[in-house]
Amino acid sequence: MAGLEGVMTQEEAPVSLAEAPTRRLNMIEAINDALDIMLERDANTVIMGEDVGFFGGVFRATAGLQKRYGKNRVFDTPISECGIIGAAVGMAAYGLRPVPEIQFADYIYPGLDQLVSEAARLRYRSAGEFIAPITVRAPFGGGIFGGQTHSQSPEALFTHVAGLKTVVPSTPHDAKGLLIAAIEDNDPVIFFEPKRIYNGPFDGYYDRPATPWSRHDGSVVPEGYYSIPLGKARIVREGAAMTVLAYGTMIHVAEAVLREKGVDAEIIDLRTLVPIDVETVEKSVEKTGKCLVIHEATRTSGYGAELVALVQERCFYHLEAPVERVTGFDTPYPHSLEWAYFPGPVRIGEAVDRLLAAG
Amino acid sequence: MAAKADRSGKPRGNLPPLELYVPEPKFRPGDAVDYSDLVIPPAGLQPRPDEGCAPAETHPLCLDLVRVLDDDNRAVGPWDPKLDAETLRRMLRVMALTRAFDDRMYRAQRQGKTSFYMKCTGEEAVSVSAAFALASDDMVFPSYRQQGILIARGYPLVEMVNQIYSNRADRMKGRQLPVMYSARDFGFFTISGNLATQYPQAVGWAMASAIKGDTRIAASWIGEGSSAEGDFHAALTFAAVYNAPVVLNVVNNQWAISSFSGFAGAERTTFAARAIGYGVAGLRVDGNDALAVYAAVRWAADRARANKGPTLIEHFTYRAEGHSTSDDPAAYRSAQERDEWPLGDPIMRLKRHLIAIGEWSVERHEAMDREVAEQVKAASKEAEKSGILGHGLHHPFKTMFEDVFEELPWHLEEQAEQAIRERRIKWPDWKE
Repeated sequence: MAGLEGVMTQEEAPVSLAEAPTRRLNMIEAINDALDIMLERDANTVIMGEDVGFFGGVFRATAGLQKRYGKNRVFDTPISECGIIGAAVGMAAYGLRPVPEIQFADYIYPGLDQLVSEAARLRYRSAGEFIAPITVRAPFGGGIFGGQTHSQSPEALFTHVAGLKTVVPSTPHDAKGLLIAAIEDNDPVIFFEPKRIYNGPFDGYYDRPATPWSRHDGSVVPEGYYSIPLGKARIVREGAAMTVLAYGTMIHVAEAVLREKGVDAEIIDLRTLVPIDVETVEKSVEKTGKCLVIHEATRTSGYGAELVALVQERCFYHLEAPVERVTGFDTPYPHSLEWAYFPGPVRIGEAVDRLLAAG
Repeated sequence: MAAKADRSGKPRGNLPPLELYVPEPKFRPGDAVDYSDLVIPPAGLQPRPDEGCAPAETHPLCLDLVRVLDDDNRAVGPWDPKLDAETLRRMLRVMALTRAFDDRMYRAQRQGKTSFYMKCTGEEAVSVSAAFALASDDMVFPSYRQQGILIARGYPLVEMVNQIYSNRADRMKGRQLPVMYSARDFGFFTISGNLATQYPQAVGWAMASAIKGDTRIAASWIGEGSSAEGDFHAALTFAAVYNAPVVLNVVNNQWAISSFSGFAGAERTTFAARAIGYGVAGLRVDGNDALAVYAAVRWAADRARANKGPTLIEHFTYRAEGHSTSDDPAAYRSAQERDEWPLGDPIMRLKRHLIAIGEWSVERHEAMDREVAEQVKAASKEAEKSGILGHGLHHPFKTMFEDVFEELPWHLEEQAEQAIRERRIKWPDWKE
């Protein structure tokens, strides 16, 4: 049980769960565990995607699942994201609960119409006759030398769409609980998995040795079923100097920078981008009076713009400094200059210094 | 460094300049129409392979045209479904009812009772005969021009009118453009205005039915124009890969708004011939021959239900009216096309067949036409009691924010409050 404190709040952890035995898992193992549990619990859950069947997925997220549940529950698909999402919408109309994997978030665009015009609006346009309880899993983000087409963070395209929920976990513990909640949710959920932290909590210092998940509290994962409600942020650490709003990989980068600088910042892991836990954000910014928004995605019209607007609208009279926004640059993700693009410790550090100096 | 000369648009050596080919329909407004180039094989000559045959056995039929009703109004050949007269009369009646419904709703739009309407005139057999050929609980994923399926399945006309008027009784709560029905209890998927999206969805539904060991199959319809969408390719690929129990229909009505079928590739080959490339069964059928449509869809449905896989069916027909109430086809095609269409009108052809076999008469037909017109009139009057578009009798205001998600999130709650405040500012006495 050691290490579970601070990862789970009391309301998320019923007594039985708090007593549940735990294991140390990396994020891929935690996702695999969540899928395994949902396949076991609900005969309507099916997993589909490119290479997810016999092979178990290019990142191994579905390893062993076809063998355990059969080819009717876990199967490979043609290389057609339009077909994958389109078929999933039809399966959902039948009554299944499909969990399609899009191999890389960068590949999701051919399926965009089926997500934006169909899955997202099915409930609305049919006044609830048809719903799309689909969870689209996709590895996203850079930092693995994936170049332009294996590094993108397209979350803002989805947070902009009425009817879609967007979730990004930052630890194995959260990945499992959030994925289970997403699969059980009766609305379509885009579940972006930060692939840079599949194997360890990358802190942004690419020139230092990588740390494995086994040395991080977030890898302590309860066995069996549990879910983390969508729409609830997690306070990673409390602090008074400023509020940091982030998600996914950037949680770990922010943590490392603030630790190195010795800044008493409050870090909030949003976990769900839509619907966002605005209460937790407001409470924190009202307390600290300063806010730093971080994401890896390109800057212009990014999700950070929404965060800055929300903070400005709701906390303006508590602010002691302009809200800072640290993001990737408005360029495609360059291969050789990956670390020049990545919003790493230097870029974040600068913004932190500006906030500390202000007010 | 010297700039490289811009060579675009200049010929090189002796090579001929490249030419872009942009298709052009044969007839434009005012042109005399001559369909003598159109190959219409005689009825009854097309072979009918066994439903369980290898897909390749059907492929000659993809370049042929399955026809049952001949020039003497007799049902001939191996595709004759040999339906009893009572079934034929019911089919005829549903087609007539569909046309009467279209006529009244078209006028209702012109009278300002709604914003938009789409008729299926001349294409009634494509949906009505198909509905007769499928089991009533098979799931259909239609486009916007298969209202005949809903009517054939006995969906209340008044519900259709409510939807078209977006009134307070509209089961879609006034959210959808007119004719974008949804009727889960009638196995009718919610219609999308985005073309061809329903095609891979139908395949997915069929896959789910197979995963669950169900016996129900799926069917879908798109126009020939939207067969150019990527969704069509995705659907055919998935259907072929998983041998999905699905009937995929392409309604080739020659026109996609103002673009003739050549812009979807019709000058190169038939739409049914797409089946050859995917290695699935394919049929090309006279879409104005209600018996041929029934026979083809029934063949494909039986095949799918026997786990023999998907079938692509091209229904060769003609869009006799404009694309919608927002369209005037006189601006881009010859008015003669409709009159000269060599496959005639589906209702007339079935009527003549029934008369030819001594099971119908002109008088009975006229009486039926009066009855269906009355039926539609009664339904539309009934619907009007619940309001017409824009006259205030819509669903309660707050429903606008419902069903975006299962539960109303905080941001939509806030926006709903804002919308209500706006109304109170504009109309201080307003109450929901």
